Amino acid sequence: MASTEIIHAHAAPQGFIRKYIFSLDHKVIGLQYYFLALIAVFVGMGLSLLMRIHLIWPNANLPIFGAIKPETYLMFLTMHGTIMVFFVLTTAPQGGFGNYFLPIQIGAPDMAFPTLNMLSFWTTFVAFVVLVAAFFVGAPLHGWTGYAPLSAVPSAGPGEGLGADLWITSIAIFCAASLMGALNFITTVLDMRAKGMTMMRMPLTCWAWFITAILGLLAFGVLLAAGILLLMDRNLGTSFFVPGGLNFTGQTSFPTGGFSSSTDLIKHNGGSPLLWQHLFWFFGHPEVYIAILPGMGVASQLLSTFSRKPIFGYRAMVYAMLGIGILGFVVWGHHMFMSGMSPYTAFAFSIMTMAIGVPSAIKTFNWLGTLYQGRVRFHTPMLFAIGFVSLFVSGGLSGPFLAQPVLDIPLHDTYFVVGHFHLIMGVAAIFGIFAATYYWFPKMFGRMMSEGLGRWHFFLTLLGTYAIFMPMHYLGLAGQTRRYSEFTQVAYQTKLIPLQTFITYAAIVTISAQFIFLFNLFWSMAKGKKATDNPWEATTLEWTTATPPPHDNFGGRTPVVSHGPYEYSVPGAARDFVMQNDPATTPAH
Amino acid sequence: MGLALLALIWLITFVSTYFFVAKTWWFPVGASASAAWIDHQFAVTFILMGIVFVAAQGALGLFVWQYRDRGATQPVHYSHGNAKLEIIWTVLTAVLFIGLNLMGSRVWATERFDPPEVGAVPVEATGLQFAWYFRYPGPDGKYGRTKAELEDASAGGESAVGLDPSDAASKDDIVSGTMYIPVNREVDLALRAQDVIHSLFIPSMRFKQDAVPGLIIHMHFKPIQTGDYEIACAELCGLGHYKMHGMLKVVSQEEFDKWLASKEAEKQ
Ligand code: HEM
Ligand SMILES: [Cu+2]
Ligand SMILES: [Cu+2]
Repeated sequence: MASTEIIHAHAAPQGFIRKYIFSLDHKVIGLQYYFLALIAVFVGMGLSLLMRIHLIWPNANLPIFGAIKPETYLMFLTMHGTIMVFFVLTTAPQGGFGNYFLPIQIGAPDMAFPTLNMLSFWTTFVAFVVLVAAFFVGAPLHGWTGYAPLSAVPSAGPGEGLGADLWITSIAIFCAASLMGALNFITTVLDMRAKGMTMMRMPLTCWAWFITAILGLLAFGVLLAAGILLLMDRNLGTSFFVPGGLNFTGQTSFPTGGFSSSTDLIKHNGGSPLLWQHLFWFFGHPEVYIAILPGMGVASQLLSTFSRKPIFGYRAMVYAMLGIGILGFVVWGHHMFMSGMSPYTAFAFSIMTMAIGVPSAIKTFNWLGTLYQGRVRFHTPMLFAIGFVSLFVSGGLSGPFLAQPVLDIPLHDTYFVVGHFHLIMGVAAIFGIFAATYYWFPKMFGRMMSEGLGRWHFFLTLLGTYAIFMPMHYLGLAGQTRRYSEFTQVAYQTKLIPLQTFITYAAIVTISAQFIFLFNLFWSMAKGKKATDNPWEATTLEWTTATPPPHDNFGGRTPVVSHGPYEYSVPGAARDFVMQNDPATTPAH
Repeated sequence: MGLALLALIWLITFVSTYFFVAKTWWFPVGASASAAWIDHQFAVTFILMGIVFVAAQGALGLFVWQYRDRGATQPVHYSHGNAKLEIIWTVLTAVLFIGLNLMGSRVWATERFDPPEVGAVPVEATGLQFAWYFRYPGPDGKYGRTKAELEDASAGGESAVGLDPSDAASKDDIVSGTMYIPVNREVDLALRAQDVIHSLFIPSMRFKQDAVPGLIIHMHFKPIQTGDYEIACAELCGLGHYKMHGMLKVVSQEEFDKWLASKEAEKQ
């Protein structure tokens, strides 16, 4: 830790480009990640709107887009999933808030490797540009999971040519960026903590970012390798994922496709489509925890702060996150119960998956325990943290259904799954991002966001997302398969269209409500009430420094930490909170 | 604000639970031997998870209202947690989750570990962009050879699956776009795919299995109710995924025999 001063002796940069574009300051980089994710989430959301509209009115002639074809629906689907998972849920919570607040919360002047940090952001940015480029050449239709051979053979469908190459390239670049980021986060936590900031005094947000980084380091490497193998299958004639004897004659008999090929016998041999699935989900399952862990950290931080009560079971929370992190690497097969994988293996994966439910349940109990006998303040960030818990419970409890192979027989690849993962990974994680935005906005921009607009945003969004995603579970039970661009072809599915229509209306309302947030965000930057240094009366180190924090975070001081992160309502203390850097003589544990 | 939150969370919980309990949208009636088992396991899981769902959401709503900030005089219980409680709920959830899992595993084992019964009806299902074809080996009980280079989807039927007429065993093979099977006999199903992954999904049979290029996957199930049942494709296979559906006709043994015989006659 002694070396930190030397590494970070870089002076505050002058000039617009060094200050805001190629900045080495973790705070600027954090904001860059955040705004990249903000652009991405509105693109992803716009696509979901088009998808929902097409599902109900498949022949509608939309302005600009015209009539959406089946393959166009699937392209939107692929882009929506990919953008949301990679460029929103992996980018904002970790790259955005993690970058901005991890160093400050542990009392460091910057990340361990500022240049690597900058590089990792700009690499992510390039990945995004490459992905968007796929739009212009025809995006792939293979979904965010890109199962081979659909994703491996250009003649498998429109968009599986150059579009698919760009899609894979984008993901590979994203992996490289995430690996850089992960290394940086891990080193920073291990090496840069201020005096007195022991691991067990770190805010749970820092634990979450730390564990997320470890997951990222182990998971993205595998996806990177898988992506490169897939690119080789596509372009160099290798056969990792493509078996012999494939013949793509099907499209010729498909009249409305706008795509046709004559008999197209593929010259591959010996590859395994299941290998792709194993590699993908070895990454993919940890990825869902990468998306949600920072949200868990934020929820813990906020529930404690706004209940004016220490977090219930700090150690249990840390162990639960570690448990989730470790178990998260041995459950990937639960995505493959119906894939043709050995049924004995399914059995093992299923037990592991049920086991991972346990630490998740512990977290929920502890959040409820934190609220219990507290003094709850309903500022907007707290509302979203409470919403997070509700969504986490709702999304989490459909897990034990899907984790049992027998129940996965009727449920796999139906809307039950779409409902499940949107609630827990999509919306819960987004609520984590909203909560974090409302909570840290004053520190980042020196002004408060509007509470009135925040409440409207919260109530509409919570109600709206439940209205969209809860009915999807019912659709799944009734056998509605996912990734269908219309529900008109299978007789029993046409009966479900009224409920589908309800979902589309709910989506239109919910998506519109997000503009309240967008307005609040930008309006408050310019016109919001001026914020004090510690508007929430919170205890962690970011609230001890100026608003916004100076270039080196603490203005030449180095904080010394004497207390745990959640000392609220300590008996005998002068105020109802004890800051982490208050003198050791202040009563607290 | 506390009251509004309580109302909203409880309302969401009530409405969500109501439609599950009322079964407004639900599984189609099960028509296979294993359907009752699967539905039972679902019901058990549903009741247990339902209790946890209502309890957790109920407590969340209640706590935020009951412990809302009523001014500085309101006491706050200063506590860092309770190790005994942590252990209790860890053990309870572990028992609940793992127990559920073990209960369900028997059904899974009979579904997927055991081979089909002797005397099962052999059927081969082939998925291709974007149709299902079903093949019956005929009186010789043997599937004839198929060749990828002979496949021609636009021609349909035998040509679609690439049946090689030069193989003697293929002479009596029947290929049909509709799946016929006799009631109360197990089906010995062999799944194959010619281009990308497809998934044969028959909701009423509680049956689903991916068809993977390069693999022949053996499955079995036993219909116990005659009738017409829809088949859908459950794995994204390309632009026509949504229209890749088919029909399963479960008929009496006599009808099945008659159907097969007429198909054989057609072929000669
Ligand atoms: C306004 C909110 C949203 C709406 C209305 C929405 C709607 C949809 C729809 C209609 C589908 C396609 C379902 C299908 O055809 O099978 C889908 C898929 C998906 N969504 Fe969302 N979504 C929303 C937000 C999100 C968020 C926040 C995430 C972040 C994780 C997300 C991640 C995904 C993923 C990963 C898929 C699967 C894509 C695939 O099948 O390859 N969505 N969403
Ligand atoms: Cu998973
Ligand atoms: Cu399909």
